[in-house]
Amino acid sequence: MLLEVKGMQAGYGQTHVLHGLDFIVEQGGVTALLGANGAGKTTTLRAICGMVKTEGDVTFLGERITGRATEDIARRGLAHVPDGRGTFMELSVEENFRLGAYVRRDGEVRADFERMFEWFPRLKQRWRQQAGTLSGGEQQMLAIARALLLRPKLLLLDEPSFGLAPLIVQEIFGIMRRIREESGVGILLVEQNANLALELADRAYLLETGRIVVSGPAAEIREDEAIRRSYLGY
Amino acid sequence: MDGFAHQIIAGIATGGIYASVALALVMIYQATHHVNFAQGEMATLSTFIAWSMVEAGFPYWIAFAATVMLSFLIGVLVERLLMRPVQNAPVLTHVGVFIGLLLIVGNMTGWIFGYTTKVYPSPFTSSGPLMGGLISAHELGSTAVTLVVLTLVFLFFRYTSLGLAMRAAAYNPRSARLVGIRVGWMLALGWGLAAAIGAVAGMMVAPVVFLDPSMMTGILLYAFAGALIGGIDNPLGAVIGGFAVGVLENLAGAYVVGTELKLTVALAIIIGVLVVRPSGLLGRVVTSRV
Repeated sequence: MLLEVKGMQAGYGQTHVLHGLDFIVEQGGVTALLGANGAGKTTTLRAICGMVKTEGDVTFLGERITGRATEDIARRGLAHVPDGRGTFMELSVEENFRLGAYVRRDGEVRADFERMFEWFPRLKQRWRQQAGTLSGGEQQMLAIARALLLRPKLLLLDEPSFGLAPLIVQEIFGIMRRIREESGVGILLVEQNANLALELADRAYLLETGRIVVSGPAAEIREDEAIRRSYLGY
Repeated sequence: MDGFAHQIIAGIATGGIYASVALALVMIYQATHHVNFAQGEMATLSTFIAWSMVEAGFPYWIAFAATVMLSFLIGVLVERLLMRPVQNAPVLTHVGVFIGLLLIVGNMTGWIFGYTTKVYPSPFTSSGPLMGGLISAHELGSTAVTLVVLTLVFLFFRYTSLGLAMRAAAYNPRSARLVGIRVGWMLALGWGLAAAIGAVAGMMVAPVVFLDPSMMTGILLYAFAGALIGGIDNPLGAVIGGFAVGVLENLAGAYVVGTELKLTVALAIIIGVLVVRPSGLLGRVVTSRV
């Protein structure tokens, strides 16, 4: 098991957003975390990375990481593409790549750059360009590439489809399918677009106002009309 | 004509000092979004440390190197001990800490080393006039030292991975943490580096203005004007602005307002830039699409 979350509570100041979540993410494959606006999806990802005050137990690769500093959690192999993408807008694509691999001391960073060019050929064309000038889709690609360059065991993705045209979203999900086959990294995917996420995911959790209300294999949830109607709205 | 050329060259020499201090100000500003008013006082303290080492008989460049390293440590300690506890506090708290630091460091320097003006040696001497008497050996030497320091700082930030991490931490601390950068330490290193640059500026200007506890007060003002001209968040702009202020100040002092009113030039520049173009003449415009 890659990540185990038990009784996780988190919030901002006096406001509690998560009221005791339990879920797991398995090695490899995609786990989707679905829910409406304000359900606590983004907060869940932030809580895992120690970006908000968190209680409960978050165990990553057998080690309790609750309350640790974000940078220490990242160094253990947990990458996060946050909402807003976390791109260094002022810096070039190249510098964003170098920062993604900043903590790595192995000699394979260069080879991983090449791998990213295979998955995201557009980024190679933009190599020296300031990241802030990329299109929305390219920025999302850069954010995912930057996170993968950490060589994470687990990748947290916060709404990769947000604000992008449908065609670009298709392209990005296509690339994510490839990454999932070719890299073996575990992915925890937060999405509002449930249909899209359930196609990619192996397992899914449904979040409603800070609680998990449904969990199970993605295929089953997709087929379950009652769940779809009451929670996913399609 | 020779007089005019000399004023320009002398302006470039002092401009280098302003450029260094302006760069130190910008480095702290980028990381904290506040101007460190105590930058000048910290540089003065460093210069006094160097002075006491030279007085104790150490060779000039040994004292120079030791002072730079010691100043770096002082800068790191100031960030760790004073700035760290208030990092999430409101703006006024930061301003309060900066002013407190200014008063404490300034008065401590006077208390330890005395308020009498001291002569600080220049390592640059020549037997005859240089370039037909246009430039003194110290002006030439200190400009060279300044340029070397500025180049090293530029190369460090542009090409080393630590420099890149420090820039990332200043631009976007939240994302920097997500790639594993220890943002707190990057800020401390920034303070160290700023203090070290300030120390070099102090040691280069001391032979010209003589050493006393308020030596850097005026210089900080000129440097701040330079930083504003270049755009307070633009390191290269700050350096160019520092040189520009040096030349302007010298020309104005020689031909327009006289030496007594020179400091007014700096204040006029500060107000002028803030009124006309608050982002500075070379201010960074971040283009971004969403």
